[in-house]
Amino acid sequence: MRDRVNRLMALIIQACALSSVLVLMGIFLMLLINGAMLFKEVSVFDFLTGMTWNPGAFDGPAYGALSLIWSTILVTIGAMLMAIPLGIAMAAFMSEVAPRFWRNLLKPLIELLAGIPSVVLGFIGIELIGPLLQKYLGLSTGFNALNGSILLCLMALPTIISLSEEAIRAVPFSFKEASYGLGAGKWETLIKVTLPACTSGLIASSMLGLGRALGETMTVLMVTGNALQFPHGFYDSVRTLTSTIAIELGEVASGTTHYFALFAVASLLFCLCLIINIAAEAIAAKFRYRQT
Amino acid sequence: MSQMKLEAKGLDLFFGAKHVLKKVSIRIPDKQVTALIGPSGCGKSTLLRCFNRMHDLNPMAKLKGDVLFEGQDIHLSKAAELRQKVGMVFQKPNPFPQSIFDNVAYGLRLSQKLTKSELEYKVKAALSQAHLIDELPDLKASAMELSGGQQQRLCIARAVAVSPSVLLMDEPCSALDPISTRKVEELVLQLKSDYCVVIVTHNMQQAKRVSDLTAFMYMGELIEFSETRQLFDKASHELTRNYLEGSFG
Repeated sequence: MRDRVNRLMALIIQACALSSVLVLMGIFLMLLINGAMLFKEVSVFDFLTGMTWNPGAFDGPAYGALSLIWSTILVTIGAMLMAIPLGIAMAAFMSEVAPRFWRNLLKPLIELLAGIPSVVLGFIGIELIGPLLQKYLGLSTGFNALNGSILLCLMALPTIISLSEEAIRAVPFSFKEASYGLGAGKWETLIKVTLPACTSGLIASSMLGLGRALGETMTVLMVTGNALQFPHGFYDSVRTLTSTIAIELGEVASGTTHYFALFAVASLLFCLCLIINIAAEAIAAKFRYRQT
Repeated sequence: MSQMKLEAKGLDLFFGAKHVLKKVSIRIPDKQVTALIGPSGCGKSTLLRCFNRMHDLNPMAKLKGDVLFEGQDIHLSKAAELRQKVGMVFQKPNPFPQSIFDNVAYGLRLSQKLTKSELEYKVKAALSQAHLIDELPDLKASAMELSGGQQQRLCIARAVAVSPSVLLMDEPCSALDPISTRKVEELVLQLKSDYCVVIVTHNMQQAKRVSDLTAFMYMGELIEFSETRQLFDKASHELTRNYLEGSFG
């Protein structure tokens, strides 16, 4: 009897585990199959390298996603360039340098930052950051890639900070002791021993922050201007992969080429996330030393 | 006798309200091995850590009394400078999760500006001093891949690389197997010709094998300190005799 219950429970748990994999596979297949329909009419090469995205044109609609891809990459890179150094520095400050008082003050504040709805952040981007950028950088508009990057940086920071802090905290005290014992100071120990010892954790936290930034839709939609053009820098207005889906999917007729094109865009986004995750694993594994 | 290398005078140490060291006075000579023995919690490791100011890292620790290094109050110079001269080997081997070379080079890179070849020379010299160089064909390999005994000797190499004058060893063999222990003990005996070695051990046989002088501590007090043979053969204090006979410990 007991044996049978055990076997039944094992089966149920296996089914639960399998279902999450099935859902994931289902999503991926749905995206891929619908997306693949596009390539009956548009070649993969044109889709990936075409500079013009204009599915609504009567005379020869264009489905070139390159400017969308580049927009996404630009905004995300900008966000990461700010968020990774800032986040790791903040995490190091909180776990190694700050007195307990500051730590207890900062930790809940950062968790609060994670809880801000993306719409609200978008609002800040429109009302505060946009005008500031316009005024102090002398731009014609503050709705550009830089604005999006700044907001995405804010959104990725809590993830990066709290996970990095955990990684830094997990470094055994014996490493620090050894470093101090050899005549190192606080900063030398932090930079030469503590941070290198948790590189894999720092990379993982950065990649998770990156994933968060890459998939974020609402804030970038609100503040990047959404101009359909190939951006040449952070001051240009951009339209990311996510924004494009959000803007166009509601108005597109099901089963049209445009409809399938949006699925192709979604598949692309999915693949990008997948590549980043796999790369993160590979990089983290390279830095992971066997801990005794 | 020449000037003492290390000296504690009426040293009291508190962890919060706990009185861990009680009026400890000890004079440790150069180029000899001094062993600190005593039951667990007697304060032997705590005393050892006073000599390179490791207690600075613990905000709860409060120290009263004098600790001298070469006649100078250690709290007058910078902790980092002191620790370059008073090296330490810890209970559990704690190499950095970096390459073997970088481990040994760590202290050198901190304190000295060396060219690449000078650095390489000093790293190899330290490794051969720890009798490791022949066992390690690839210095670029991770230190974490070494055996426990090799790791501990690597930590010794790392400590001697910066040419300190004192080597503090906090139960360096307690995590090692008998063969590795023997290798470390042989190393200690060789190191004493160049360094003042202070070794904490809970292993009385080890104290007998490696040390010239032995201090017996009990409940935070230094009970007896004399030449090792004398302490083991005819200890003057009853507590010491009882401990050595194994009636407690």
